[in-house]
Amino acid sequence: MANWVPLWLHRLGSPPVFYRFAGAVRPWALGLALVLAGVALYGGLFVAPADYQQGDAYRIIFVHVPSAWMSLFIYGAMAVAAFVGLVWRIKIAEVVAMESAPVGAAFTFITLVTGSLWGKPMWGTWWTWDARLTSELVLLFIYLGVIGLYHSFEDRRQGARAASFLVLVGAVNVPIVHFSVNWWNTLHQGSTVRLLGPSHIEASMLWPLLTMMAATKLYYIASLFARVRADLIASESGKGWVRELLAHRDGSGA
Amino acid sequence: MNPSLAMGAYGFYVWSSVAVFFIVLLIDTLAPLARRRRNLRELRARIARQENRRRPGTPPSNESNA
Repeated sequence: MANWVPLWLHRLGSPPVFYRFAGAVRPWALGLALVLAGVALYGGLFVAPADYQQGDAYRIIFVHVPSAWMSLFIYGAMAVAAFVGLVWRIKIAEVVAMESAPVGAAFTFITLVTGSLWGKPMWGTWWTWDARLTSELVLLFIYLGVIGLYHSFEDRRQGARAASFLVLVGAVNVPIVHFSVNWWNTLHQGSTVRLLGPSHIEASMLWPLLTMMAATKLYYIASLFARVRADLIASESGKGWVRELLAHRDGSGA
Repeated sequence: MNPSLAMGAYGFYVWSSVAVFFIVLLIDTLAPLARRRRNLRELRARIARQENRRRPGTPPSNESNA
């Protein structure tokens, strides 16, 4: 492997470098996410045909399913960062893990609410204690627990370490959410889109779904980077680079 | 059936879902930007206080921000 990759990653572990990198990437990720989300919703809400069973109600899929994917994907990213932070004590990894939690909680909340809005017309109920719904609710509570634990310590790094343990323990819930529709006989329908094998969905419905998936991934990057920047200003406030940043901002009249 | 703004009989459910998606993510976008600005402002006030302590006799200009 070319040796600039580990070198670049090593440099990115430095808070001032990460702060600048995140600031440069964030507006592009957010802008692209907005464009893709617009295209995906146009394709999903107006171009794609109605479902033969669910009519237009199925269109909730275009916000519900990408959000559900993100609620699990962000947990995975958070668990990897928490593991790296715990083992190698890399500060940026700890901050990335802790600042992923609010974004994951937001997507989990969207998944539950839009699922409820889909369940009412299709199942006749806003909520049921079905395996998929219950495990997703547990996922929300784990996210909130991680956020709470992180903020309950006076020392931020101590809080990050305690919450990182909770992240790793809570990871057992991720496969439960994913496989709940296969393991138990649930009201919630099975997977429509498959990584392996053919998807059970028309191309005109699939492309808006995949476009929205890309949009939510980019959104996660943008939101995470904004959060890491805000966190670093506070946690690195005693360091020279933050002082310089402040002096530079004041100098330029910002 | 032709897709339309009314979404058949399901307009309320479809548009509420889209609205929830965008409102939650809008809040999620704005919160860290406000937090970063607040952190910068607090740090600026703290530095000003330290400067005042180092040079006694100068007027305590930023004490009120504490």
